[in-house]
Amino acid sequence: MFALLQFLWPTLIAGLCLALICGPLGTFVVWRRMAYLGDALAHAAFLGVALGLAWQMSLPIPIIALCLLVALALVALEQISQFAQDTLLGILAHTTLSIGLMIASQLSGRGLNMNALLFGDILAVSPQDALWMAVGSLLVLFILYKLWYRLLKITISEDIAAAEGMKVVPIKLALTGLIALVIAIAMKVVGVLLITSMMIIPAAAAQPFSRSPEQMVRLSVLISLFAISSGLLLSLQFNFPTGPSIVACAGLSFFVILFVKVGINKWR
Amino acid sequence: MSSLTRAPLLQLHNLGLILGGQRILSAISLDVFASEIVTIIGPNGAGKSSLLKIMLSTLKPSEGQMHQQAKLSIGYLPQHFLLEPTLPINVVRFLRLTHQRFSHEDARRVLNEVGASLLADKAMQSLSGGELQRVLLARTLLINPQLLILDEPMQGVDVRGQAQLYQLLTQIKHQRGCAIVLVSHDLHLVMASTDRVICLNQHICCQGSPHSVQQDPHYQALFAPDTLNQLAIYSHHHDHVHHLDGQVVDGHLVDAHVNCGAKD
Repeated sequence: MFALLQFLWPTLIAGLCLALICGPLGTFVVWRRMAYLGDALAHAAFLGVALGLAWQMSLPIPIIALCLLVALALVALEQISQFAQDTLLGILAHTTLSIGLMIASQLSGRGLNMNALLFGDILAVSPQDALWMAVGSLLVLFILYKLWYRLLKITISEDIAAAEGMKVVPIKLALTGLIALVIAIAMKVVGVLLITSMMIIPAAAAQPFSRSPEQMVRLSVLISLFAISSGLLLSLQFNFPTGPSIVACAGLSFFVILFVKVGINKWR
Repeated sequence: MSSLTRAPLLQLHNLGLILGGQRILSAISLDVFASEIVTIIGPNGAGKSSLLKIMLSTLKPSEGQMHQQAKLSIGYLPQHFLLEPTLPINVVRFLRLTHQRFSHEDARRVLNEVGASLLADKAMQSLSGGELQRVLLARTLLINPQLLILDEPMQGVDVRGQAQLYQLLTQIKHQRGCAIVLVSHDLHLVMASTDRVICLNQHICCQGSPHSVQQDPHYQALFAPDTLNQLAIYSHHHDHVHHLDGQVVDGHLVDAHVNCGAKD
């Protein structure tokens, strides 16, 4: 048992970090309808990984840089063109993903594991990875704690927040920055293609039984923890890939909770 | 004149606004004093919301100046308030989000003031149109405003509820002595409670007492087809509203001699 723990502790730290940051950020992604933005940032992060490997940089930095670049590009494109946000996001997401795949194709044999990048592997988290994830997660939680009240206010009404003297745009950019940071942290665990799901599924699953914003955050952290631990056990038992196992468990809990809620409402 | 003895809370001088190469407002001069209700009416795209946003300092005018009394506290009710349905929040918590220093008791006190104390623990998403507008109004009162800026406070409220809401605004004006600037679509329901009407269509077409504005050719040119419709609807509702809103009809007759205060 002790030997297993010695071998598994980076994995457990990584899972804990993931649950603690995806819950609170995910609620904002759900409330502010940013799921598509999350996806676009995750695809941009893939280009970040490819560039980081090509230039032999440590990974978090190019990932965060690419995410922020795409967020700023989106703001700029919205100013100069008439296209809707989802069109622009689709263009940005798939362009960056494609360029990333092109670069990655030239990098075989330089430590690039395409499967792990796309779908994650929590068992491959190294002690260094775990350490940087812990530091990054603490930073995310600290910023979120500081901005919580203001983020909630602009989510309820940007008009009212602006009228009461709040600077709305910097707060929105900060939220995008936080999502970029979460993607960089979660990349290793659930991979590019599944990151957004770890933000939206636990938050959405928490919604039906929440009565306040904070309660929805607490419930979504609990649901994340459940999904990560049960997904991990499932993958250890049956040798499934970890990322998809975790997301499948999260999705299952979403459906169970939703149907229970609908059932309760029917019975009343 | 009373306007000489008291300083205005808000002064707009020859104000203009151009957005994206398009002219939205021009030559707006307007003073707002304490204890008065000013109603801005005008067709869609007349620049009403933009004018309010300039008053709130969230939009910068391209021309002219605006002066606010020092430390003027402003309460604002926005035109578009659509709360995300998945955000779980009840009325008291929503009110307390205005500012962190407000307590549970503060929230209940303003709810009482707008006659909505029963809504305190309800989910925001379960409110009817009229209830929501009352809660939004209560929210503006939390900061002890000297000026209330209400962008279409009557939207989603039925005719009977509108009459009650106007009565409430009059009551707030008298009890708190604050100024209220509001945007409205129709004149006849506003009549009883408004002190001054500004008819806006890029510029101020005419202004004055509700009745004088209604007689003004500028107003009639802008609203003639609408007004006819509203009159038809009004006579239909007359039986229901008459006892609640009797002053409207009285005011009509008494004010009949007032001259139109057209500027421009």
